[in-house]
Amino acid sequence: METKENVLLDIKDLHTWYRVYGGYLKVLNGINLIVREGERVSLVGEAGCGKTTTMKSILRILPPGDFLIPKGEICYRGKDILKMNSREIQRLRSQEIAMIFQDPTAALNSVFTIGTQIGDVVKYSLALEEKRVHKEKIKMLSVKALKEVSLPDPERMLVNYPFQLSGGMRQRVCIAMAISSSRNLLIADEPGTSLDVTIQDQILRLLREIVEKKGTSIILITHSLGVAREMTDRIYVMYAGTIVETALTKDLFKNPVHPYTKGLLASVPKLSGGGLAKGIPGRIPDYLNPPQGCRFQPRCEYATPSCVETPPQLFEVEKGHLVACYLAQR
Amino acid sequence: MTQLGNNEILKAVNLKKYFRIGKDKKGPIFVRAVDGVNFSIRYGETLGLVGESGSGKSTIAYTVVGMYGPTSGQVLFKDQDIGMKAVRRPLSLKKEIQIVFQDPSSSLNPEQTIEQILSLPLRLHTRTPNRQFKEKMIELLEKVELPSEYLYKFPSSIGGGEKQMVAIARALASNPSLIVLDEPTSALDVSIQAKVINKLMNLQKELHLTYLFITHDLSLMRNVASRIAIMYLGKICEVADTATFFEKPLHPYTQMLISSVPVITEEEEKLKPKKVVSIGEIGSPVNPPSGCSFHPRCPYRMPICSEVDPEMIEVFPEHTVRCHLFSRPEETGSKGV
Repeated sequence: METKENVLLDIKDLHTWYRVYGGYLKVLNGINLIVREGERVSLVGEAGCGKTTTMKSILRILPPGDFLIPKGEICYRGKDILKMNSREIQRLRSQEIAMIFQDPTAALNSVFTIGTQIGDVVKYSLALEEKRVHKEKIKMLSVKALKEVSLPDPERMLVNYPFQLSGGMRQRVCIAMAISSSRNLLIADEPGTSLDVTIQDQILRLLREIVEKKGTSIILITHSLGVAREMTDRIYVMYAGTIVETALTKDLFKNPVHPYTKGLLASVPKLSGGGLAKGIPGRIPDYLNPPQGCRFQPRCEYATPSCVETPPQLFEVEKGHLVACYLAQR
Repeated sequence: MTQLGNNEILKAVNLKKYFRIGKDKKGPIFVRAVDGVNFSIRYGETLGLVGESGSGKSTIAYTVVGMYGPTSGQVLFKDQDIGMKAVRRPLSLKKEIQIVFQDPSSSLNPEQTIEQILSLPLRLHTRTPNRQFKEKMIELLEKVELPSEYLYKFPSSIGGGEKQMVAIARALASNPSLIVLDEPTSALDVSIQAKVINKLMNLQKELHLTYLFITHDLSLMRNVASRIAIMYLGKICEVADTATFFEKPLHPYTQMLISSVPVITEEEEKLKPKKVVSIGEIGSPVNPPSGCSFHPRCPYRMPICSEVDPEMIEVFPEHTVRCHLFSRPEETGSKGV
């Protein structure tokens, strides 16, 4: 089915649980996700559906001691990230996968200059290769990265503190940090959400240019279907810790199959007017005690007895278009 | 003194609100949150106020409900000057203007049950006899489609959309004629947003309410507002009815905003003015750019833009724009529309 060579990241049946008082929050319930080399993929879902948990599982940056991965594997170039030792995971984080967070103000440390923070990233990724890293080289690479994100006057930017920059500029610095050493996979967690529309547009355009120029793969996490449509080739729609539908972007918008995807698409207000649909009734299930069958079933208008009993598996409706719903299988 | 037009419920005339944040050698430093704004709202309509963060839209909302007193200028409501803080406002006026805030989790008291939350405006503003109190509260919950057992719940035990519904019910309790909606759905998911917005629209028809709707989401605005005013750094740039605003935007900033919105259909894609690409950053309201405050980001800027602040001009009937492109008619043909 898949040629093994060009698959960069392959998540198989991933379960991530959080330990809380009274049991486990069973957040991820079997995530399957594939990212090929140079591919732009987005993960779309509403608040609390486990998008960020998935990404944090990939980089293993979940709060230590408070989580459990009972099942599943995350293969990066054929090697399971969950079984890597600390040296390997450090190498992965500093040279292979980079993450851009939602809120640049929280992602940057406010008591260090931009130069120190971006310099550290460069230094530690070089330190794996070379014994001694020259200060000039660090500075040179930092300036180069800042130039790539079109920040004005990058040399002077190095001595600035995050509070001296605007939100948009801070996010550019975060992107610069992510691309400062050669990376193969970028994970962008809602990179424009905390910014204004016009600034979000600038950031997304920049991100797209960088990804196209370098041929980097990207996983874009977003709650906005519009952003996903404009940025990526393939979309995964996520609901309550499960992938409910995945397809090429144009197929998904032309022919959504899962009731959740349909409801979500209809709920988005259109720039061309025409009023709003009625939305989706109910709310996301309690993860402490999630529904046994399909997790969307309590909110679904087409629910049948079989939906309540066993969760549906992903089913191919057309080539590359997979849906986890019994409706699609009929 | 300025008078209200015959069908206008609220009018702001040259409204200014400055906040003092410190001083230097030259004197005190102000944040010019709202800097000379004129607008009016008609009975039964929804005026949409759009703008990016820091443009002063919430400051206008808070001035209308009386959380701030204006620095200068006037706000008229039903032939009455309401340019005073809420403490000075008569109860009969407070009853008429209500507000729904952005984040329902912080605007509802977590220590109170829904019953307690709803009972305060009822006790203050209406003459409901004690034995009808519960009945009245259940009626309010019914208006926003919540079951009566919700009276005994705490805000923490209900969902975000339901909390916002309670906040709407609280605003309705005093039987107001104008409701200020300050980003009522930006904290909610789209599937829940649709439900809340539809409810608001139905309530407006049923109860003949007038809305001042504030949001930064243009796609949402298209579906709720009857007229739209767009703000940039404390000033209104363009006012038009909704269809015109999206189909023939005149101000370069409006065009930039609309072309920046991520959309989901081809049909919407066609609406976007492709020419205006977003550049630059929003200026500071402490020290706004000289002349037209948008000129550093404007693709059509002319020498005059950095010197003179343009006036608001009515280009077409009911369509006003504050831009030099339109104040000099000979230029419009080549550069503007």
